Order: sequence, then C-alpha cells, then structure tokens
Amino acid sequence: MPSLKDLRNRIASVKATQKITKAMQMVAAAKLRRAQQAAEAARPFAERMSKVMANLGAGITIGPESPRLLAGTGADKTHLLIVATAERGLCGAFNSSISRLARDHAQRLMAEGKTVKILCVGKKGYDILRRQFGQQIIELVDLRSVKQVGFTEAEMIASKVLALFEAGEFDVATLFYSRFKSVISQVPTAQQIVPAELGTSTADLDANEAIYEYEPDENEILANLLPRNVAVQILRALLENAASEQGARMSAMDNATRNAGDMIKKQTQIYNRSRQAMITKELIEIISGAEAL
Amino acid sequence: MATLQFELVAPERILFSGDVEAVMLPGTEGDMTVLPGHAPVMAMLKTGFVQITDHENKGRRVLIRGGFAEINQQTVTVLAERATPVEEVTPQTIDQEINELELHRDASSDFKVREAADAAIAQLEEAKQALKF
Repeated sequence: MPSLKDLRNRIASVKATQKITKAMQMVAAAKLRRAQQAAEAARPFAERMSKVMANLGAGITIGPESPRLLAGTGADKTHLLIVATAERGLCGAFNSSISRLARDHAQRLMAEGKTVKILCVGKKGYDILRRQFGQQIIELVDLRSVKQVGFTEAEMIASKVLALFEAGEFDVATLFYSRFKSVISQVPTAQQIVPAELGTSTADLDANEAIYEYEPDENEILANLLPRNVAVQILRALLENAASEQGARMSAMDNATRNAGDMIKKQTQIYNRSRQAMITKELIEIISGAEAL
Repeated sequence: MATLQFELVAPERILFSGDVEAVMLPGTEGDMTVLPGHAPVMAMLKTGFVQITDHENKGRRVLIRGGFAEINQQTVTVLAERATPVEEVTPQTIDQEINELELHRDASSDFKVREAADAAIAQLEEAKQALKF
C-alpha cells in the first residue's frame, strides 16, 4: 500500500506529463495547419505535372530510344526503396507504419531474389530499419535542421536518386510515405517513381485531345521533364509526410492527454480513499483509547 | 477582347491564376507572346521573365528559373521550377543565385551542365540589367 506521500508524488508527476502532452498537442495543431496548407499548395503543381506527363506519354510510344527514366533499364533486379519518415518520435504509429510497409516490401523483394537498397529520409525510419536492413541501407538524409521542407530539399534528394540511377545502381525506385487523408487518418503509401508511371487513365488526359507542337522536340522535353517529375513527386511526398506527421502527433498527444486525465482521476480517488481510511483509523484509535480509560 | 486563362504554378504555390489578354514566355528557343487562340504548344522555358498582361493593360512580371509551358487555345499553364514576382526580387537574391550557379558550374566537369549554367547566369545578369539594379 503506497503511502499518501507516494500517491501525491505520483499524481503530481502525471499532471506534469499531462501538461507536456497538452503543449505538444497544441504545438502539433499549429504546425499541422501550416503543413496542411503547404501540402495543399503543392498539389496543383504535381497534378498539372502528371497531366502534362500523361499528355506527353500518350503522344509517344516507348521504344529503345526513349529516356531511361521512362522506359526503365529493361531489368528488374535492383530495387531502391526511398523511405520518408519523420525526424522525431511521439507521433503514434506514424513512423512505424511507414517502416512496416517498406519492410514488408523489402522482404518480399528479397524473397524473390532481388537486390534491395534503401535510402532513408528522416532519422526515425532509419532507426527502425537499421536493425533488420543494416546492410541494405545506403544513405540517411537528415532533414532535422530543416524547418519547412521545400523544393530545395526535394531537389537535393532527387539529385541523389538520379545520380544513383545514372550510375546504374538500381532499376526501380519506390517511394514510401504517408498520405495525408485527414487529421485522424494517414495512409502509408508506396509509389513507384522510376521508371515513371504515366497516368494513362482517361481522366488524366485532356478532353480536347489537341495535337501539340513541341518546342524543342518531344524527346528533349521528356528528357528534361522526367528528372523534374522525380523531384516534384518527392516534394509532394515530403509535404504530405510533414502534414501527416503533425496530424498523427496531434491525435497521439490528444490521446495521451486524455489518458493522463483518466489516470489523475483514478489516482486522486485512491488518494482520497486512503486519506479517509487513515482518518477513520485514527478516530477509531482515539475513541477506543478513550473508552479503555 | 478575347482573353485566355493563364496559370502560373510553382511547386510551393500558385502564383497567378486568372484571365489575361496576353502572356510573354521566355521559351528556350526564343521569347514568345501568347494571345488567345494560339495553336497548342508544349514548350520548355528558360530563366527569364514571364510578362502577364491583365485586362486593363496592366502588366505584371514574374521571374522564373526554368520551367515548362502548356499552351492550348484557351488556356496557358506554366509550371515554373522557381518563380518570384518582380516585387520580391532583390539584387541580393539574384547575386546569391548567380553565386550558387557559379559554384555548381565549377563543381561539374560535364560540358553540358557547364554550358547550361553559363546560359542561366547570363540570363540572370540580363534580368538584373532589366530591373535596373
């Protein structure tokens, strides 16, 4: 049976924890708004980009002379997994669910006898994957010092990926991130970025299938646009991730605050009961002492 | 007068969206002015100014660093890698970018990359002149 002082200390410490989680929740809520705006602001560019790519893709046939970023290397041996996670923890299942998706993917590929390479963006995913895939991880991109991810960071990662591709280090690249659906729901997603998947669905194509003139010619435009597309897709993933992270943290901290509240209530009740029991005991002692006289 | 719908989109935001009378685009093969009813064209853009002419002949200029334009009869969409409205451009930012490009050029041994960087630097210098800094 804990003493009253122990109980008091316990309540005080839970209260302190609750204050912290509450503060974290509010900070996450404020950051979420900004991150969400950034993610939404980036959507039109990515959408237009895929529309243009689809228009271009519809016009050409993939042949041996097509850019390799579109046609692929012709092989399917080495896979690069780009795992984008957060730099900080305490955001519920956010990091682990992205990592789990990447891990399952990597295990499946390895079971098929393919080579897997992993590029981690964000420390948390690296920490989780390191234990199992220490050999496969080729690099960790640290974005801890970056306050607001922007095109510069995406371009930096894209140039790494493209350099690896140019060097023939991989055949297929897949990007893992969490798509921001709403504050309470983030969907871990795998998206293939190399070779580029052109949206061939009719919805992506322009209704008025105009015949375009190209300036300079189609292949040059494609060669120029494809690396940019990689950067844009990465940017989109990073921004969606940032919003998801804050959303996940917000709901995780909201839960933690609520749990702390429950705990305080329970502990306070125990405290009050034992205090009352103590008083009753003392009274009984006094009364029986008086009676004995 | 007929108008066309113009959209200037940067990765991080939409810079302009609305009806315009004409836009001038810095194409890699030369500047071009797009008026309503233009033939469909897809064009690469180089570093330079996009000049937007609104309804009341009000001009507006945006500095872009490379991009892509999709031109239809009624719509023009520009995807610009980096875009800054002229009001936000300062000599310092341009100088900084020229610096970055020079570093980039000197770090690379690929002839094509060097050439592209040189061209971009020249265009930025030109932009600086145009803004009379």
